[in-house]
Amino acid sequence: MTSVILATATRYLMPMLLLFSAFLLFRGHNLPGGGFIGGLVAAATFILHSLVFGVGETRKILRVRPVKLMGLGLLIAMASGLVGVFTRAPFLTGKWYELVLGQGDKWHVGTPVFFDVGVYLVVIGATLIIILSLAEED
Amino acid sequence: MKLLLILPIILPLTTAAVGLLCWRSIRAQQVIGLLGAGGLLAAAGSLLHGVWQNGPMALQLGNWPAPFGITLAADLFSAIMVVLAALMGFTVALYSLATVDPRRVRYGYFCFYHFLLMGVCGVFLTGDLFNMYVWFEVMLMASFVLMALGGEKEQLEGAIKYVTLNLISSAVFLTGLGILYGMSGTLNMAHLATVLPQSEHPFMVTTVAMLFLVAFGIKSAVFPLFFWLPASYHTPPVAVSAIFAGLLTKVGVYSLMRVFTLLFMGDVAYTHTLILIIAGFTMVTGVLGAAAQGEFRRILSFHIISQVGYMIMGLGLFTPLALTGSVFYIMHHIVVKTNLFLVSGVARLLGGSYRLERLGGLSLSAPGLSLLFAVSAFSLAGIPPLSGFWAKLILIIASFKDASYLIAATALLVSLLTLFSMTKIWAAVFWGEPAVAADPQPLSGRRRAALYVPIILLALITVTIGLGTGPILTLAERTADQLIDPRAYIRAVLGSVQ
Amino acid sequence: MELVAAIVVGGLFGAAVYLLLWRTPVKLIIGLVLLSNAINLLIFLAAGLTRGKPPIIPEGSLRAAQAVADPLPQALILTAIVISFGVLAFTLVLFSRTFKTLAATHLDEMKTTDS
Repeated sequence: MTSVILATATRYLMPMLLLFSAFLLFRGHNLPGGGFIGGLVAAATFILHSLVFGVGETRKILRVRPVKLMGLGLLIAMASGLVGVFTRAPFLTGKWYELVLGQGDKWHVGTPVFFDVGVYLVVIGATLIIILSLAEED
Repeated sequence: MKLLLILPIILPLTTAAVGLLCWRSIRAQQVIGLLGAGGLLAAAGSLLHGVWQNGPMALQLGNWPAPFGITLAADLFSAIMVVLAALMGFTVALYSLATVDPRRVRYGYFCFYHFLLMGVCGVFLTGDLFNMYVWFEVMLMASFVLMALGGEKEQLEGAIKYVTLNLISSAVFLTGLGILYGMSGTLNMAHLATVLPQSEHPFMVTTVAMLFLVAFGIKSAVFPLFFWLPASYHTPPVAVSAIFAGLLTKVGVYSLMRVFTLLFMGDVAYTHTLILIIAGFTMVTGVLGAAAQGEFRRILSFHIISQVGYMIMGLGLFTPLALTGSVFYIMHHIVVKTNLFLVSGVARLLGGSYRLERLGGLSLSAPGLSLLFAVSAFSLAGIPPLSGFWAKLILIIASFKDASYLIAATALLVSLLTLFSMTKIWAAVFWGEPAVAADPQPLSGRRRAALYVPIILLALITVTIGLGTGPILTLAERTADQLIDPRAYIRAVLGSVQ
Repeated sequence: MELVAAIVVGGLFGAAVYLLLWRTPVKLIIGLVLLSNAINLLIFLAAGLTRGKPPIIPEGSLRAAQAVADPLPQALILTAIVISFGVLAFTLVLFSRTFKTLAATHLDEMKTTDS
């Protein structure tokens, strides 16, 4: 059922889609976007891959089990909440720090970004678990 | 200090997440599962201590002030429930080591177990209704997976009934939530408690109250919404049955007691009388259903229903004494019911079946187990001086004081029938000829310890509650006072705003 | 506008209940999907429909210049959609697995755990 066009297109699309999902993830800090839809786009990328090359192949290129992505994401999200606790504020309080890179460039980092990264990983993991196991059934 | 409020949620979350990272390693998951449960128990204990010392406390997540942000709040009732959840979580986790097969552990049994505990603690600690819905869903998702994990025929069939009915209950809950928000513009429970009495549409408030009654009624398995429970609770592994029996319906009861003491106080004559009537029917149908059953866990499942009747009976009477009785009953019931399920699992291991007619003679082959069963069973039926006796006594005195003689008579009758059910199990399982099919597998010392330590621990707690009623009663009384007069709770959540 | 939305909500609820009572698995799932959609719309409607006034505060000021749409119900609905997405996906897997294992096509064939 694999068509050459789809297979070739997928090869070129996948990096771009993954890049786009990362773009959505980081843009979500101040603008529409965020971990949830970023994660969905990333998961959709892998699902597209599984449609073309089969689920087994997708699991191979994923390298980690989707379950572990979920575990990691939950831990990252929770750790981002704990930053607030360690600075004597309630759990999940947003904290921003400025990292000074060389030549006066400043990088504005906040805990919500890490929370979003956690969400991103959880969404990828959960979506892939559900859809890959459905796809494997038949 | 305020960290204590968040710990019962993030500890199970961490445990589950670390468990997910150790996917497929059975030993690691077991160790993590047990350690996490132990940590949760410690955190819950200190939470109860803190609330007892300092009164209700609240935590505004992300530092957004209530009623705009997400609030966690704990009064004594929440703290007690968290402690009970953690206690059951720990004992059943220990028991799971001996009874849950490696295949299920490999597929993440302990991860979902801790997600379940997280959801349960979340419901108990949340200060706002929408988050209560979210925690309910967390709890349900985890329970769906636990129910179906292993994929045996019976299990899947039970899971379908469980899942469908619970989804509908969540749907009704969400509907009530939406209408409530439309009417009052807030979902923070403490804020609602101050806003709802001034509502321009008191009859709409009562309508929403009925939606909540149905939603939580399905979850706590009251008459006539209980059918999913006896159709599903006997299908998963016994450790799962035990934790479900101990906690899930009680989460429904907790929610009922929370909203019908804090929010829906506008038309007590109507709503609480209705709850009282439902309580009576729930008690009777539950116990009659149990009388007709011939399977150990199904009998116990029907008894959960009948016991839920007692708990909401106190809510229906709505006097300080009656609420004391309800709180006491919940404490007693969670311990005893979980323990009975644990005993049924051991009886199954020794006798090879859950069917009463295939079991027999365990009092000779396992006298210790018989004693442990007797303690819990008689406590359930309300034989003095065990914990169930005091719980029922308080409720019945409360109903006499309120001149509700009918419900008092019902409670007494049902307690008699409970005794009948328990003696039926006793006669079939522990007396009589040893079953022919019995082929007890030899138990290793460690496995035996993992089986018996939880049961002995819970039986000891039952006896302690029964003999040392004083402190527990004081605790229940203060809890009931806080429920009747929630000003301290509201002040803790909303701060100086009143 | 409110009236139309209310009728749609009612229609969705009706359809959902109708499908739930129809005792085949696929209709049961579609019924649950419709039910969750009906409720999302209901929350939206109960909180009041406000048209064309996004809750965006202009830069530099602390409050909106005019009355704006309430953003909270949208947040609630978004959460509810995500939750029901997850739950229904799980239900779908569970149902397909169950009906394959039991070789059943009708809910009435599943009575073994009831007695």
